[in-house]
Amino acid sequence: MSETGAQTGGPLTKVLEVDDVTIRFGGLTALDSVSFDIREGEILGLIGPNGAGKTTCFNVMTGVYQATSGQVLFDGKPLTKLARHKITQLGIARTFQNIRLFRSMTVLENVMVGADAHSKVGFWDALLRTPRHRHTESESTTRAKELLKIVGISARHDELAANLSYGDQRRLEIARAMATGPKLLCLDEPAAGFNPAEKLKLMELIRRVRDEGYTVLLIEHDMRLVMGVTDRIVVLEFGRKIAEGTPAEIRDNPAVIAAYLGVDEEDAS
Amino acid sequence: MSAATTERTPAVALNPLQRLGLWWDGVVDRYNALPKLSRLLLVILFVLFCYALPLLRPPIITTNAIDFGGVMFSVAAFALVALGLNIVIGYAGLLDLGYVGFYAVGAYTTGVLTTYHWHWPFFLALPLAIAVTMVTGVILGAPTLRVRGDYLAIVTLGFGEIIRICVNNVQWLGASAGIKDIPHPNTIGKKPVPPFDPGGMFAIPHLKWNGWVPSLDKVHETHFLVFGAVDAIPYYWLLLTAMILVLLGDRLVKASRVGRAWEATREDEDAAELMGVPTFKYKLMAFALGAAIGGLSGSFYASSQGGYISPDSFPLLLSMLFVAAVIVGGSGNRWGAMAGGTLVAYLPERFRAFADYRLLVFGLALTVLAVWRPEGLLPPRRTRRAKLVEAQIDELEGEGVVDE
Amino acid sequence: MDLGALFGNLNNFLDFTVGGLVFGAIYALIALGYTMVYGVLQLINFAHSEVFMYGTFAVAWTFILLHGTGDASWSLGRALPILLVALVAAMLMSAAIALLLERVAYRPLINKNAPKLIALISAIGASFALAEAMGLRDRFASWVHLDHKLANYVAPDKARDVYSNPVSIQPHGLFHLGGYEVTDVDVVVIVAALAMMFALDMFVRRTRFGRGIRAVAQDPESAALMGVNSTRVVQVTFLVGGLMAGAAATLYMMKIGSTRQNAGFILGVKAFTAAVMGGIGNLRGALLGGLLLGVMENWGSAVFGSEWKDVVAFVLLVLILLVRPSGLLGEALGKARA
Repeated sequence: MSETGAQTGGPLTKVLEVDDVTIRFGGLTALDSVSFDIREGEILGLIGPNGAGKTTCFNVMTGVYQATSGQVLFDGKPLTKLARHKITQLGIARTFQNIRLFRSMTVLENVMVGADAHSKVGFWDALLRTPRHRHTESESTTRAKELLKIVGISARHDELAANLSYGDQRRLEIARAMATGPKLLCLDEPAAGFNPAEKLKLMELIRRVRDEGYTVLLIEHDMRLVMGVTDRIVVLEFGRKIAEGTPAEIRDNPAVIAAYLGVDEEDAS
Repeated sequence: MSAATTERTPAVALNPLQRLGLWWDGVVDRYNALPKLSRLLLVILFVLFCYALPLLRPPIITTNAIDFGGVMFSVAAFALVALGLNIVIGYAGLLDLGYVGFYAVGAYTTGVLTTYHWHWPFFLALPLAIAVTMVTGVILGAPTLRVRGDYLAIVTLGFGEIIRICVNNVQWLGASAGIKDIPHPNTIGKKPVPPFDPGGMFAIPHLKWNGWVPSLDKVHETHFLVFGAVDAIPYYWLLLTAMILVLLGDRLVKASRVGRAWEATREDEDAAELMGVPTFKYKLMAFALGAAIGGLSGSFYASSQGGYISPDSFPLLLSMLFVAAVIVGGSGNRWGAMAGGTLVAYLPERFRAFADYRLLVFGLALTVLAVWRPEGLLPPRRTRRAKLVEAQIDELEGEGVVDE
Repeated sequence: MDLGALFGNLNNFLDFTVGGLVFGAIYALIALGYTMVYGVLQLINFAHSEVFMYGTFAVAWTFILLHGTGDASWSLGRALPILLVALVAAMLMSAAIALLLERVAYRPLINKNAPKLIALISAIGASFALAEAMGLRDRFASWVHLDHKLANYVAPDKARDVYSNPVSIQPHGLFHLGGYEVTDVDVVVIVAALAMMFALDMFVRRTRFGRGIRAVAQDPESAALMGVNSTRVVQVTFLVGGLMAGAAATLYMMKIGSTRQNAGFILGVKAFTAAVMGGIGNLRGALLGGLLLGVMENWGSAVFGSEWKDVVAFVLLVLILLVRPSGLLGEALGKARA
């Protein structure tokens, strides 16, 4: 396996910065002074046992929740409460833990919906078939087909999304999110329900996606996958960040082992 | 090619309605395989046939009522409404149970503009009626489209009823007496001078049938283009023309970013939103477009043969029939929706002998159809394909073939 | 608009308020049927209005059978035995129609996992068919040559008209609340409706079937894995909704006295509005929504004139949904605390 963490050194642009973020729901503190950042071109893993605050953290990073205190900077600017489709246009795209495709649309159409995110084409363009419409349409089609090739399901572009196998549906979700042209691509437990062979393929795909120039945030349960594919890892427990570092550092971090890996290793042995 | 053949002859027992779907796929496939010129020719022939239908008065199809033209007019009006509602229900997935409200707004705007308060000519009132209905759609949609899908049904139902009650209570709109003597569109050609000069540019004789033998019927002629109380056929032509234009627009818009946004919103609103689709904007657009087409239909209805509208012309029941037309035909497929509209309007006319029982039969038919063929008579082609694949897999699993 | 008509003096205000509560109680009972089916299946049981309508006819027929027609009206006390029989008849009739609906119009679709829109269409069809069948009852009777024997029941040639005053109970004033004379009928309507609701609430919270209903409402798949027979639960849901509609029909006939084949439609729409207002899927929400709707539309008709009554009801619905999209008590049946 080649060392893929090349980007971790040197001067890097921060795509997203979580700055001392605290979130309280009533009396419950879901996130407690959490800070970390995601750098351009890297794969960052966000892990933690159940209830550690991963989902809350994810939601605050995608603008669904507002921080009680602290702030989230995306592209250097504070992420304020925005309509959800505006967040996508800003450059954050995501996949869903429980697959949410447009089931009765074709595979290609699914990806094209993503590609439409930045399209300026409107009703009149479509009705009058303006040059702008034709231009945008052919551009998005080409782009969607390219993405399907990247995730490896281009042969099935004319199939209904609902008719794809489970694994291919996950791939389609990734392609659809990539199509929105994000500066940050968030994958929410993409390996859920996969067998080891499929997980290996998924790791390859995630690396490939990064090599295409995307910055990836990976939220995942499966330690082997996270260790194998990420450049850096942030570990949450009970709403606090307990560790941050390269996979090797995390592997040896006693706090992490106590919180998380210990259990995992016992399971494995 | 071979894949297509296996697709069409699955090893699964099909009920007649599924066969209909397959047959239709076959027709579409064969049509698509033709050279462009033949396709154009076929379309022209089909359109001409549609225009000529009330003149041809073919046996079996022709209703017992003398005024077959009038029946065809209401069939076309229903098909047009179904086409509009299909955008709202079929594409954007918004269940609108108060569509009749828009129909009423279009009709009343026309009535008020052409006779009740002003005396505009019909063709000037028509665009304004469409615009007013569209604005109504936006006004009603803006607050309600944020409401969850299931609730939207009841809210729109409420609005349909509110509009009816309003026209019933507002004197300015004629209240319960309605609006009478709404003028017909201007005749194109020589104005008719009763009782002897029927007017128009020229006369087209109808056909009459003696069994299967046609002959020219010189007694009943349609005068081109006289819009009046006597003959509904010119009216039918006008409506058919409007319908073809709407159909073309529908086709262009559906196969674009807008159509994709609608479908994505229908499939999973949250996911669509997170993929950058401004779902509210597109829902509102679908709602307003649907409303505009409803208004267009209503406007035609107001100035049709009778020239009379009243609150009773727009019962909530009509909304249910509109929705039924779209769903029965196949929500999401414009041809299906039009077929549904045609059936819902035509069948009761054809079987007028059983007039007392027609609503009963209609209700039963709706239930039976929903249970027997939930996806409608002609669902979108993709749905049919998916269902077949599903059925085939079931079948194979049943035989235990999927073991390899 | 005449605010004075409502708020000008306390008497008028109480008059409209109490009158509204009586109707609201009936809305609430019908709303239960919508809310239970929605809670369990997430379907709008559009034909529930017909379940109610058949109940009103059962009451009317019971009265004709046991009381005859043309008689002077009775006091509540004298009519009570017949009313009780009518209540049973109406509940049986409505429950039977509800179960029939479930079997014919819903179960095949639920089994196929068909889209919700289709279930709605199926229900709309069933609703048409049921209402029409009632309107054509004289025809059916004449097919078997019973139309004359059963003239009082089928109303030959008038089957589509108002079935006027088959039940006439002379209300007896008990006391005055402002300008409103509270009658024994009003008291019975409100008390009976509240008692039914309380009983239903206990049923859902305390019994095995109640637990089943809540389990299916929360998560049909897990419930099935845990051995809950979901078909049976759905049946019980329809059955209970039907029983409540039958009770509502009896109270309605006590208060109004006449019905017709399309009586269900507008009441059904109102009851559904009430269910949505309270938070559909929530039993207590149905009660709150029903009472609120009854009172508000009465106030509305005082202020704007009675011809605007229905408009007030719908505008209210829209406003509530805009401010609180999941109804006043948004919590669903499945989440009801045990």
